[in-house]
Amino acid sequence: MDFEVIIKYLPLYFRGLQVTVTLVVSSLAVGLCLALPIALLAISKNKWVSLPPKAYIYFFRGTPLIVQMFMIYHGMGQFEAVRASFLWVIFKEPYACALIAFALNTAGYTAEILRGTIEQTNFGEIEAAKACGMSKPTIYRRIILPSTFRRALPAYGNEVIFMLHGSALAGIITIVDLFGAAKIVNARSFVPFESYITAGLFYLVLTFLIVMAFKKLELHWHAYLHPRKD
Amino acid sequence: MSYVIDYLPLILRGMLLTVEVALLSLLIAVLLGMIGALAKLSKSRIARQIAGLYTTIIRGMPDLVLMTLIFFGGQIVVNNIGDALGWEYIDVSPFAAGVGTIGFIFGAYMAETFRGGILAVSRGEIEAGYAFGMTPLTVFMRITLPAMVRHALPGFGNNWLVLTKATALISVIGLQDMVYNAGLAGGSTRKPFTFFCVVAFLYLLITGASDVGLRWLDRRYSVGVRKA
Repeated sequence: MDFEVIIKYLPLYFRGLQVTVTLVVSSLAVGLCLALPIALLAISKNKWVSLPPKAYIYFFRGTPLIVQMFMIYHGMGQFEAVRASFLWVIFKEPYACALIAFALNTAGYTAEILRGTIEQTNFGEIEAAKACGMSKPTIYRRIILPSTFRRALPAYGNEVIFMLHGSALAGIITIVDLFGAAKIVNARSFVPFESYITAGLFYLVLTFLIVMAFKKLELHWHAYLHPRKD
Repeated sequence: MSYVIDYLPLILRGMLLTVEVALLSLLIAVLLGMIGALAKLSKSRIARQIAGLYTTIIRGMPDLVLMTLIFFGGQIVVNNIGDALGWEYIDVSPFAAGVGTIGFIFGAYMAETFRGGILAVSRGEIEAGYAFGMTPLTVFMRITLPAMVRHALPGFGNNWLVLTKATALISVIGLQDMVYNAGLAGGSTRKPFTFFCVVAFLYLLITGASDVGLRWLDRRYSVGVRKA
């Protein structure tokens, strides 16, 4: 093993790290904003309202992220209408395509997490809110959603890690993220082991940081679940 | 739509390969997962540490990175071993690398699932087995293993679905699965969106069928369990 080559390329890895982190954080932010309305529509009792979001969730959870990304990156150019319009400015950019694919994907998974968590809200709490005379939007705003975000935290932590790992796909479509950086290093100096292991270690550290951050968050938001400390 | 029909055999051949890779790697994953779970629960500290390292490292890295690492790096290792032993050049096939890597990765996830399943088996049943004079192996084969299936099944199902979708990544290392073939078909007809849609639909078909199968298994292994 020859890690001297890697040291020369460390700045490239750190640039890749920056790209990976920005890409993941922005996809998660967009995805979370999309997920909440999707989840709320999916729990509707009206079939015609709940069917489209359920189909959305089913599609994005049932197909590989790489296929979704290719549909956007390679696929959008198929349509003359897209190529002729201003949309082409977006869809010809690999970075934008990856961001859109990741955000839509994580929106599907997050919506499913939220849907499950909302449906499991303790009915007594809702009953109590009704007894207090709260309207439906108020019940959601004051009772259901705050408790949902708390209870969804562990599952969402997994989703964040999942997204981080999925983001390596960006390296395939020419984006120089961590994986893209490893690809470049490997192509230039043919050290597959060293180059990919270095990227892997970066991902490992990021994963640990996410796990630790979510533990911290749970300590705070799940404080009421912990045994009393006297 | 005639071009879809023209290329359908190619895509379906790719689908067959996808299913083959998925099933073979599932086999490896289940074996490694069982070994990993038993190692994690064993009394030996070294076994526990090795298994812990395995599951932590594998689950902390993206599967794509691991796959390229094993495919490209594995070739070098094989070359070095071959040189040392005076073998002829051995080519690591993308198929073997793909199956091996996916199996190796999901073995780590399976190990965690199985560990949870084994821990959920009621202590009394295992004790009763020993009271009958069964050897540890018999207790495992006759009591722990059949009883853990029910507890491990939901996690196993999830792992299987994620594994199936992870097989799409082997197209990156050049294996001609359905994603790879859809790329070819999409390139030559200039209709990539259509072909990736077809592939997405086929994946939904696989995951949908798996769902039905898993539900059947769940019903079978939950016989005699009262549900709330």
